[in-house]
Amino acid sequence: MKRPYQKPTILKLQVGFLREKKSSLSRMVRQEIDGVPVAELAEKFGSPLFVFSEKRLREQFRYLKRLFEGHYPRVEFSWSYKTNYLDAICRIFHQEGATAEVVSNFEYEKARRLGVPGDQIVFNGPYKPKEILRQAVLEGARINVDSLDEILDLEEIARETGEKLRIGLRVNMDTGIYPRWDRFGFNLESGEVLNVARRIAAGGRLEVVGLHCHQGTFILEPEAYGRAAEKLVDLSQKLENDFGWTIEYLDLGGGFPSRNRLKGLYLPPEVAVPPLSEYAEKIARALLTRLPAGDYPLLILETGRALVDEAGFLITTVRALKRLPDGRRAYILDAGVNLLFTAFWYHFRVEVEREIPGPPEPCVLYGPLCMNIDVVEESALLPPLARGTRLVLSPVGAYNVTQWMQFITYRPRVVLVTENGNAEVIREAETLEDIVRREKIPEHLK
Amino acid sequence: MKLKRLAISEEGFVFDPETGNSYTVNETGLLILKKLREGLSLEEIAEIMNEEYGISREEALRDIQDFLEAMARFGLWEEKYG
Repeated sequence: MKRPYQKPTILKLQVGFLREKKSSLSRMVRQEIDGVPVAELAEKFGSPLFVFSEKRLREQFRYLKRLFEGHYPRVEFSWSYKTNYLDAICRIFHQEGATAEVVSNFEYEKARRLGVPGDQIVFNGPYKPKEILRQAVLEGARINVDSLDEILDLEEIARETGEKLRIGLRVNMDTGIYPRWDRFGFNLESGEVLNVARRIAAGGRLEVVGLHCHQGTFILEPEAYGRAAEKLVDLSQKLENDFGWTIEYLDLGGGFPSRNRLKGLYLPPEVAVPPLSEYAEKIARALLTRLPAGDYPLLILETGRALVDEAGFLITTVRALKRLPDGRRAYILDAGVNLLFTAFWYHFRVEVEREIPGPPEPCVLYGPLCMNIDVVEESALLPPLARGTRLVLSPVGAYNVTQWMQFITYRPRVVLVTENGNAEVIREAETLEDIVRREKIPEHLK
Repeated sequence: MKLKRLAISEEGFVFDPETGNSYTVNETGLLILKKLREGLSLEEIAEIMNEEYGISREEALRDIQDFLEAMARFGLWEEKYG
């Protein structure tokens, strides 16, 4: 019997990189989250497990608020519900002074249920069902109009109430970034906004008091916000002069990045993602140089990702090991793209719960789904892991616990590590009963 | 000959004292390195690989040349052999 043949290989070892104690590899170890050991969290609450840090949430909010207030006198942060609408997370931001930014009936109702008054809600989104739109009007929400049909709906509601309604206009425009999100609101360059404004003025039932734009997501160009702010100021002055309205707020939307690693970017986020202070400066410069002194409309920011992403972690466990035909190692984790929707766009930081000996080698991290697309990371660099090893993926605080799917398996618990170091469940794991509760079996199938 | 200066362990760890660089070779790579140091020709090594693993001499020779090219890229192989 001949021995199996392997083609001869020689690999150069990056000695300094491998052996140096303070190398980036030792930073790939995360033993605790805000002082609570990863092992303890997983043993107590199970794996996989989403973990949020209250300390990080509050610190990031305070930092951003002070940063922008240091540049411009009137700033309001409106918490983007779609980014993460877990009650506990929203509560933290509302306690810190954020209003609510919602885009649907569900989100509006969730904010109201949490005790947010209507006049502390910014209502965006391309489809606002008539009923909820009426409720929002009556409760004094800031409504940013997305389409002409919505204007017709609002005019009808205004007829019912007999009062003139105050609305905001959503505007899309060229700020020099690609792709251009031109589906929200009315286009500036084509003159659509002014046509709509003329139509609103002629109707006599609505009054424009705010302008809103949302340029996109994970925008790495601070100057784009400066250009957006300039264009909105110019537009507001035109509207004030032509129609006699007073523009009380300029809402620059969201899209501010977190330190996550966008796929296709070669550089690490510490280098590729501009500091948020640059965004604050570009926006404030555009506003302060164009606005008449003393006349400062409220600046509204709908930061979601930049506030929450880096406060979220996912603890997951290696459940099986494989060797792929091309020689790479592969690991099957208990969390996949069902929980990590953002894995399609970002390379997460992958950390191991403890120091593991052995040279790091490229490997693939698969989730537990029986689907080829269930890849958490195509190419992680990890030492040989044993079954049962826990990994910590981050940042995962934005969009994952809203866009996760109940697919093939249950969704796990979410815990919050509080400021005094307690871990508290903020969402229970799903059970079979949760999932089948809404199903019905017709009589003849029983 | 550069090859003589390399420190080669039984596990396939290769150290070049001249540059301080380290390398790992797999089992087949280790076999080739050892036989080269013993002064065998490429054809003789291919013959051994044929006996050990049952691959053809042609394939063995091609893989040896591939391997030597990789060695040359690391500056570990300079001489034209055989």
